[in-house]
Amino acid sequence: MPRSPDLLFRSLADPTRRAIFEGLCRHGEQTVGTLTAKAGVSQPAVSKHLGILKQAGLVRERHEGRQTHYRAQPKALMPLLDWTGKMAAFWESRFDELENLLNRMDQ
Amino acid sequence: MTQTAPETRTVVVEREFTHPPDKLWRALTQPHLIAEWLMANDFVPSVDHRFELKADWGTVACQVMAIEPHRSLSYSWAALGLDSMVTWTLTPTKTGTHLRMEQTGFGPDQTRAYQGARYGWPKFFDGLEQTLARLD
Repeated sequence: MPRSPDLLFRSLADPTRRAIFEGLCRHGEQTVGTLTAKAGVSQPAVSKHLGILKQAGLVRERHEGRQTHYRAQPKALMPLLDWTGKMAAFWESRFDELENLLNRMDQ
Repeated sequence: MTQTAPETRTVVVEREFTHPPDKLWRALTQPHLIAEWLMANDFVPSVDHRFELKADWGTVACQVMAIEPHRSLSYSWAALGLDSMVTWTLTPTKTGTHLRMEQTGFGPDQTRAYQGARYGWPKFFDGLEQTLARLD
């Protein structure tokens, strides 16, 4: 796999992105509009999340007229089935929590 | 403790923070702050001190191995067949701190370690393997 696993772990550490990806796994191909309706965040935010998922190889896009359809690429998750990968993802998520804490400590 | 070099594996996670090293050091060494981002604990920043990290899925037994204030911290990490060493390294940068976490030296029993990693997985990516199995 040419992509960095780091990117994969970080892209899935965000709960909104994970929900978008899980939705695509469960319900198949969807448009940005449909995904926005479910995500509870703005369309630009959803598009940004999809961009990050795409970079990580987790989704693929398909253009049809003015619509862009997104589809999950679950094979990109393979590194996570290795427990070393799981620990890395665990620590990535802890780093996110650490970052949140540090930001709160400022105030 | 015997080392079985061929089985040793390493996980490294690094990140740049826009916060100074002394602030990160506090977050890494003060129990009430550790609890906020990692797990409930009885950590004391003193070499040889044994402490536990507690989560709803179980307990991690740890012992402080080395401390260099504001620069590095190492502790052993044992949970459900997973024996390892966690080392934190803080490097000051122009904009804050580069933080590196290295977890290394997993024990010889890969099956137990794998089970440990499975159960030690705190609800992160719940159902991932089932999802993949369905899609295969």
